[in-house]
Amino acid sequence: MLSWPNFLAQTFNGLVLGALLALLSSGLTIIYGTLGVLNLAHGAMFMVGGYAGVVAYQYTGSYLVAVAAGAGFVLLLGIAMEQIVIRHFYDRPDEDQILVTFGLGIVYVEVVRFLFGSLSQSMPPPSWAAGITSLGFMIYPTYRLAVVGIVALALLVLYLVLYRSRLGMIVRAGIEDSVMVDSLGINIMRVFMVVFGIGSMAAGFAGIVNVPIAPITPDIGESILVEAFVVVVIGGVGSFPGAILGGLIAGEILSLTSMIDPSYSQVMLFAVMTLVLMLRPHGLLGSQGRA
Amino acid sequence: MTGTKNILNANVSRRAALQGGAGVLAGALAPGELILSARAADNPALGTYPEGSSGPSVFVGISVPRTGTYAAAGEDLIKGYQLAIEHLNDGSELMQKISPNIKKGVLGKEVKYGIADSEAKPNTAVQNFGKFVSDNKAIMVTGSVSSAEAVANNKTADREKVIYLPGISGSNDTTGKDCARYSFRECFYGQTAAKALAPQLISTIGKNKKVAYLTPDYTYGHTVQKSMEEYLKDGGWTTATDQVSPLGTTDFSSYLLNVANSGADVVVNINFGRDAVLSVKQAKQFGILEKMTLAVPYNTPFLAKEVGADTMQGVLAATDYWWTLEEKFPLAKMFNDAFRAKYKSVPEWSANLAYMQIAMWADAIERAKSFYPPDVIKAYEAGAKVQSTVGEVYFRGADHQLVRPVVIERGKKPADMKGPDDYYEIVEVVPGAGLMQAPDAFGCKMGGYT
Repeated sequence: MLSWPNFLAQTFNGLVLGALLALLSSGLTIIYGTLGVLNLAHGAMFMVGGYAGVVAYQYTGSYLVAVAAGAGFVLLLGIAMEQIVIRHFYDRPDEDQILVTFGLGIVYVEVVRFLFGSLSQSMPPPSWAAGITSLGFMIYPTYRLAVVGIVALALLVLYLVLYRSRLGMIVRAGIEDSVMVDSLGINIMRVFMVVFGIGSMAAGFAGIVNVPIAPITPDIGESILVEAFVVVVIGGVGSFPGAILGGLIAGEILSLTSMIDPSYSQVMLFAVMTLVLMLRPHGLLGSQGRA
Repeated sequence: MTGTKNILNANVSRRAALQGGAGVLAGALAPGELILSARAADNPALGTYPEGSSGPSVFVGISVPRTGTYAAAGEDLIKGYQLAIEHLNDGSELMQKISPNIKKGVLGKEVKYGIADSEAKPNTAVQNFGKFVSDNKAIMVTGSVSSAEAVANNKTADREKVIYLPGISGSNDTTGKDCARYSFRECFYGQTAAKALAPQLISTIGKNKKVAYLTPDYTYGHTVQKSMEEYLKDGGWTTATDQVSPLGTTDFSSYLLNVANSGADVVVNINFGRDAVLSVKQAKQFGILEKMTLAVPYNTPFLAKEVGADTMQGVLAATDYWWTLEEKFPLAKMFNDAFRAKYKSVPEWSANLAYMQIAMWADAIERAKSFYPPDVIKAYEAGAKVQSTVGEVYFRGADHQLVRPVVIERGKKPADMKGPDDYYEIVEVVPGAGLMQAPDAFGCKMGGYT
């Protein structure tokens, strides 16, 4: 479907697709960059955020309450997970961390499946973002446009917390030298807990914001986790700006390739990832070691 | 992120075990058992025969997706299998109405079963098959929601010499180029669905329309797309675009933008399971369904329930079974009533298919009077007619395809629905015999019996 209107439409759509991927991936990369833990339960937490939000929506009928509940529940889940399990794995080999987070992901998926079954759950967009908007060159679902704004706002808040706040300063200092931070009287373990919670919350937030676009099922996090990893690898493992750039690139690849041959869009995504790994093994904005 | 589950239906109490043990002793002395033993001695060991059928019970392996894109249909299939096996072991009235040959159990033996998650992946489905054969000495394995797993297990069945009954599988290949001596399919070819649906679409929507296809990227999607294209040509319909997406796609936006910009009049959505739900919902979000008419050549179970009657109203679809057929077919009424009593909901076509597969399998074994696989296959191939929930049906010997009607349904307006589950009106029940393609139309070449 090569035509100018379609090219413009697909380029724009790539931006929207990329925004959600960027938000999800930023949570993954913050946790890895700070704690060195590759959280394979991140996709499951995306899904849990969606379900928690849908349940809140069913009780209140409010989109805002649903988003707050989805993000808040996964924040608490993340903190609990860090306190009970993850902190015992900071000093253990990568394989152990991968296995324990993978296992927790399965537990979350199966618990949700047990509670809600396999049929999809959904939630309509809020009334102020329902319907379709004409952009002149194309018509586009209003809610998807709103998502770009919502995600941009969330990423801005994350940026301010990580780069412009005292917490962010401690986090970055902790990455450089956690013993030194500890000896300055700062409880670095508590900071790590907060970071894990915030990273998880990003997944939960993305999960519930995505529900009006794509109804959720217990295993929706699986394929999205794979895409989030690709984004993180392209952008640079552990790099927050890298996750945003990677997300946007991935969104554009998926959208623009589909214009030429839709069956190749996933292939192209992995081909570009391979190319990036060959030319810049640490990703586009990654640096050697943890960012 | 999911593991294979193998839940054996083995909640046997000590009392039941003792009773079973006593049954074996008594059975060993009974004349019928002696005849069977003699028969077993006549036939050489083959697959799980005679080991799998020498005890007081026989084992059936159920391999269906319980996770992933096709999980909802998989769970509905399980409900159908469980109800059928329960009815079979009780010798229920419905089973005997389907075929008077069916007694209690199969050849007097209780049917036990195990369930494994196939994840709709061919590799996992084949592994499940292998485990059921080696660990449980299964005499039959059944189930699929993806034709990719059905085709893979067709080959496994021929190799293992154990009968396989596909669950949902709409690809032309399943009883076409990938047909198997040990496999028997209840679903019709995608081509048959297309042949029944296309004239309805042409007469309802008009001639010379442009079509956009949404096609899942595997055997089922490609064969159904080609079939629809072929029959819609008769009305001068042409293809504007074919949007092929991988199984498990969650965001269809880029495909839908291509559709929106294609100038098509009709969207034919071949996606199945959650892919169908997501693509229809997102097509609605993109305003596509206001400009283009939606048609569904192989309706996915629970589609209307998940996307809402508002979206499905007026949509023409082909399907295997819809519960309101109970107004036309007494056996459908009996089946629906039993299903409602057990599960407190109406069955989808997946549950009906599972039930019928078990019933027709039991009928074939009773007619064969033997568990020896070639005897059972020959009984199937004899093409004996059985009464189904959609009227009289029979298996064709040449390609092991069930000759059965195709049901054309149309989504009801929400205001016309008589209850929460009354999503479709039946437009037509097209008889199978005149509709179905010839057994050699898709290159079926059967393997040997032994």
